[in-house]
Amino acid sequence: MLSRQHSTQSPRLHPIENTMPGFDTLALHAGAVPDPGTGARATPLHLSTSFVFDNAEHAASLFNMERSGHVYSRLSNPTTAVFEERMAALDGGVGAIATASGQAALHLAIATLMGAGGHIVASTALYGGSHNLLHYTLRRFGIETTFVNPRDLDAWRAAIRPETRLLFGESLGNPGLDVLDIPAVSALAHDAGLPLLVDATFTTPYLQRPAELGADLVYHSATKFLCGHGTVVGGVLVDAGRFDWQVAHDASGRFATLCEPYDGFHGMVFAEESTVGAFLLRARREGLRDFGACMSPHTAWLMLQGLETLPLRMARHVANAQAVAEFLAAQPQVAGVSYPGLESHPDHALAQRLLPRGAGAVFSFDLKGSREQGRAFIESLKLFSHLANVGDAKSLVIHPASTTHFRMDDAALRQAGIGPGTIRLSIGLEDPADLIDDLKRALKAAAKSEPTA
Amino acid sequence: MKLIVDGHEAYAYTGGKPFDPALPCVVLIHGALNDHSVWTLLARWCAHHGYGVLAVDLPGHGRSAGLPLTRVEAIAAWLHRLLDVAGAQQATLVGHSMGSLIALEAAARASTLVMVGTAYPMKVSEALLATAREQPEAAMAMVTAFSHSLASAKPGYPGPGAWLRGGSMALMRRLQARQTAVNLFENDFQVCDRYTGGEAAAARVSCPVHFILGALDQMTSPKQNAVLGALLKPRVHTVPAGHALMAEAPDAVLAALRQALPAPGTPT
Repeated sequence: MLSRQHSTQSPRLHPIENTMPGFDTLALHAGAVPDPGTGARATPLHLSTSFVFDNAEHAASLFNMERSGHVYSRLSNPTTAVFEERMAALDGGVGAIATASGQAALHLAIATLMGAGGHIVASTALYGGSHNLLHYTLRRFGIETTFVNPRDLDAWRAAIRPETRLLFGESLGNPGLDVLDIPAVSALAHDAGLPLLVDATFTTPYLQRPAELGADLVYHSATKFLCGHGTVVGGVLVDAGRFDWQVAHDASGRFATLCEPYDGFHGMVFAEESTVGAFLLRARREGLRDFGACMSPHTAWLMLQGLETLPLRMARHVANAQAVAEFLAAQPQVAGVSYPGLESHPDHALAQRLLPRGAGAVFSFDLKGSREQGRAFIESLKLFSHLANVGDAKSLVIHPASTTHFRMDDAALRQAGIGPGTIRLSIGLEDPADLIDDLKRALKAAAKSEPTA
Repeated sequence: MKLIVDGHEAYAYTGGKPFDPALPCVVLIHGALNDHSVWTLLARWCAHHGYGVLAVDLPGHGRSAGLPLTRVEAIAAWLHRLLDVAGAQQATLVGHSMGSLIALEAAARASTLVMVGTAYPMKVSEALLATAREQPEAAMAMVTAFSHSLASAKPGYPGPGAWLRGGSMALMRRLQARQTAVNLFENDFQVCDRYTGGEAAAARVSCPVHFILGALDQMTSPKQNAVLGALLKPRVHTVPAGHALMAEAPDAVLAALRQALPAPGTPT
């Protein structure tokens, strides 16, 4: 019988030093060592659906959580597990689950904590896809969401009901880059015996570790800066391991999914099974098992390539973003730039405190004039790619009024915080002078296309 | 399961099956600022292979109420009373780190004694004691760093995708936060540090003894076992891991434990 690497003793132990490694080191090393079987330095890509059992007893004990190990790649995979471990390390959590997309990570978080009858309090400043899920789709499944202005702490408090299970916001909100006051919102969540989930896609753990500021669950659309190269779609959900589900459940009865026996796994009580990892156990044992929105190991491998350079890339992303934001803010054709790195942004002071390394590299600005001029501006850009994504190494642009929100009239756009001339940029890693030249050229073209209003 | 010991609720994780006192009993005793959850894989394996399992939370830890006890001898006596309440006369006593000293001291009720990640004397440096007293979070980071000797232990505990250092920090934080009456971290370190009864306890041991040691253990080095080794003449199993060996090498620890366990029983 072939014996698998993980169930035998490795000949190479790779002991480490007695300190917790720093962020940049973790980005390269957490969760991985040279492959004990081959010596391969890069994490091997295990494109295998399934993993052989040593014998029948070994098989049964893996299924029954008497042993740790890989069975089937929907539940776990050795390559994907390296990405999960690395993200948990970077975000300061106890573990992570990689998912098919950021949307799948959000759904997994919610579905693990509640079913029909559950309620969420969420920020209004959300990515459109998250808003769709909460406002339309989950409502159909009996989960209600109340949306509140993320800056209004009283509104968060007032929206909490007995059936509330979760508070949810984005570290940098859409589209105006509202900075979520994670310490304040998490404090009021915890006072109410509730966890806070943060979408940290725009910040990545390099710019901010929400768990250290009080968030209990963190997820990313890994498609964006974590992957970093615009190649694959994926998500990741990290548990900070700080929320005491049992204490909250004893007080309110809210967290039966984690603190009461689960018929779907032999009456397992996840909070007894793992004092700090109950949420991830249920999310994997139920959510990944049954909904099946797992990450492909190939995707995980590309994510790992991205993470290796995350610190270098993010530093450059935010430096370029600051330079471009400052340039745009000084242009007479620009009505406003919504970037917390600028003093003009309402959350500038909060950003200085919570995002000292920079306020991300995705922001919007308003071009004076018509939709037609917005279109002309975008079509004149050469370096910026016109597409619906953010967080690529290459700079990206989109004109919401003519694409993602084209069905809305100007009044409806205003309500969504979008003007006819709102342009969203995702600043890449090019020479900043080239980016600014490209923008200058496009501003000239927009001016020529029609007189400004 | 919940038991009442000394008037307080005491919790024991039973491995996913109701505790059956008719089966050979395995008691799992955690270390300083830990709880039963460091044992869950092993507890589940034992419970599903013909053993009655009690992975206890020591008094004042996690789900067990009351104040934490301050001496190994007192905790061992508490464990005997817990066995009385559970209806188990004898048990395989398995202890990790501080828990290994408790198992040794309680060995009058042991059919087999298994000391995991052990050392004696288990002195704690004054610097670490002071840090635990004054800056518990910093001491937790130190203990987490010292307890994990592998850059990346596979396949992960309790399963793939777990970041072991993060899990260790979170567990210590949680237990410290749950115990509001005293500084639990300092208490547990003092329990280890002040125990001097090892030689006398070892002299009373008449059952088979196993040591399961981490080859890379930086908290309780395998070299610190000369005194007890000479007295107990244990069978020594060395696994490729540091002090957090149940998390860093769960399969190897299970393989060693299986060699120590008595024959399983047939569930009633």
